Amino acid sequence: MNAVVPVPHRIVDRRVDTADTVTVELAPVGEALPAFRPGQFAMLTAYGIGDVPISVSGRHGARPLHTIRAVGAVTRALHDAAPGDVIGVRGPFGTAWDVASAAGHDVIVVAGGIGLAPLRPVVERVLADRSAFGRVAILAGAREPAELLYADARRQWATQAQVRTTVDRAADGWKGPVGLVTALIPGMDVDHAAAAAFVCGPEAMMWFTVQALLERGVPAARIQVSLERNMRCGLGWCGHCQLGPLLLCRDGPVVGYPVAEPLMRVREL
Amino acid sequence: MRSEETPRLIGADGLGALFTALRDRGYTVVGPTLRDGAVVLAELDSAGQLPSGWSADTEAGRYRSRRREDGAVFAHCAGPVSAKTFVHPPRARLWSADRNPDGSVSAAGPDAPAKRFAFVGVHPCDIAALGVLDRVLAGGEHPDPVYTARRDGTFVVVAECTEPAATCFCTSMGTGPAATAGFDIAITELLDGGHRFLARGGSPAGTEVLAALPSVPAGAEDTAAATAAVERAAAAISRHMPDEPLPALMTASRESPRWADVASRCLTCGNCTMVCPTCFCTSTEDVTDLTGQHTEHQRHWDSCFSLDFSYLHGGPVRTSTASRYRQWMSHKLGTWQEQFGMSGCVGCGRCIAWCPAGIDITEEAAALAAARLEDAP
Ligand SMILES: Cc1cc2nc3c(=O)[nH]c(=O)nc-3n(C[C@H](O)[C@H](O)[C@H](O)COP(=O)(O)OP(=O)(O)OC[C@H]3O[C@@H](n4cnc5c(N)ncnc54)[C@H](O)[C@@H]3O)c2cc1C
Ligand code: SF4
Ligand code: SF4
Repeated sequence: MNAVVPVPHRIVDRRVDTADTVTVELAPVGEALPAFRPGQFAMLTAYGIGDVPISVSGRHGARPLHTIRAVGAVTRALHDAAPGDVIGVRGPFGTAWDVASAAGHDVIVVAGGIGLAPLRPVVERVLADRSAFGRVAILAGAREPAELLYADARRQWATQAQVRTTVDRAADGWKGPVGLVTALIPGMDVDHAAAAAFVCGPEAMMWFTVQALLERGVPAARIQVSLERNMRCGLGWCGHCQLGPLLLCRDGPVVGYPVAEPLMRVREL
Repeated sequence: MRSEETPRLIGADGLGALFTALRDRGYTVVGPTLRDGAVVLAELDSAGQLPSGWSADTEAGRYRSRRREDGAVFAHCAGPVSAKTFVHPPRARLWSADRNPDGSVSAAGPDAPAKRFAFVGVHPCDIAALGVLDRVLAGGEHPDPVYTARRDGTFVVVAECTEPAATCFCTSMGTGPAATAGFDIAITELLDGGHRFLARGGSPAGTEVLAALPSVPAGAEDTAAATAAVERAAAAISRHMPDEPLPALMTASRESPRWADVASRCLTCGNCTMVCPTCFCTSTEDVTDLTGQHTEHQRHWDSCFSLDFSYLHGGPVRTSTASRYRQWMSHKLGTWQEQFGMSGCVGCGRCIAWCPAGIDITEEAAALAAARLEDAP
């Protein structure tokens, strides 16, 4: 019944990431859920308001972390919940990033906005087993410098990987690049033709990122993307998360680019 | 597959005994009945409520019940209600939760249904539709407890189709007019030479109920008459899907100009999805009481024709009518196959009859097929 009835979890830690985004650490009040794999998501319930799909953005011991950007009623309520508050959790749902297949390869991680949240566990897994991978490049874009997530983590990653950030609009004495995250791809010190790539962000950003990766010679079969659609259940019953033949709560959100390509091409699919 | 046992012959009054036998066994009988000018499915108390002497004239955008000279009870087709309403209710509670004074939360799952349904007089296409819902809602990794609690243990008396409507195309979808599987009892209504029913068991439970009814072994001429009636029905079906693999047609038609054409007629009212016996999509909402401490998580039918259906932060994915009609039809005939290994359309024709704009899924499929041929170099 776990998959249907939200399992109460207490917020035991809440870190403010940006003006509208927080990362919460959840502890089960009673029974625990199975562990989330990187890329999988939970349906988080703000009791009385609703439930929404939110990726796992890391873990602290056995406890899952979720990074929530307040954009509407439910995410606002989840964002505003304080340590000690109880929210509901269902999951884990969906497909995971296939990190193992990138072993032995250079790794390129490209994130747009909140898209860095589902990719953080990928980065952490790769860096935890650093020698199993080749060179690692992490590219993150945001609208403004203040919206770039995980500053502390990025500083740590930078000791073992190339980390580059870019913003749409410079502010706050920003000295880094301004423009699309795709512009960072050619400058990375990786063997593109032998690299594996993980991409998450707004759909248009993912499309242009993948085109740029393909142009540099990253093989399509080694590119994974995480797709987004409306989701009401996470269980394959509600029909909302269809993208052509895919039910993204079941067949996604993470899919190989060769599967996504013909679907991303069609407007309003 | 016809069962090996000799079919039984039941008189016109045998339906009353069937109702009694089912009620004695604890079932709530759901069957066709005339209501507000249409034959709907509803909970019935007695066989007297069956639509004796009624059938319907249907066409694209049209449904009119019609009085018949004979007393046929199972001549209905394409009514606005299907078995879906009973096993996948329009509204259901998925869970409820109470916030306790100490801040903790106690939760409860869906309500258990109080009734066990026996469907009487539904047609083979509707049995096929139940099979589709079985696969979609109960055949995946997470069986839907609301559905399984209502569907498990249902008793099905299928009425083979002998009076198809003009909107029917079950022969194209391989779902009728004969009943081949998915029933406890199959009956075939015979009108020539006396009103009577040929009945055969399709399960041990069906055979047991059948044995409790007043009946005689069917003679060879009765069996032949039943076979002939179903064959006549098959021959009378005039609507057809294009004779090519539909999933491939739908994939090849993603950018077809035909979508703009159908969009100029479609009102995005969602009637087609509501009457369809397999359309399963739902939405959810949290409802609270005045104190805000008690939450009910409700699920209700939704339609891919609504703008909100594809809503993402920033706006809906499918804003145009063309994209929404394409989603619906491509799902029914194409992507359903990839998602669930079967067609999402059983050829019942309801969406054709109940579309206020008279849009006909078979005509649209034919137009897509024709447009594809024109496109070919
Ligand atoms: C697989 C997946 C993983 C996600 N991971 C995260 C994450 O880690 N962090 C994060 O902040 N956000 C994430 N999102 C997006 C998040 O689910 C939406 O921002 C959220 O649903 C918005 O709901 P709302 O009620 O706050 O906003 P409203 O705009 O009021 O939304 C109303 C309803 O529309 C639907 N909806 C609106 N926007 C989206 C959307 N973008 N995606 C899906 N449904 C939507 C929801 O069902 C919601 O209840 C993810 C989405 C998906 C599909
Ligand atoms: S799509 Fe139309 S014809 Fe096919 S099952 Fe649904 S209502 Fe019946
Ligand atoms: S096809 Fe017909 S019934 Fe369906 S949404 Fe359009 S107008 Fe309504």
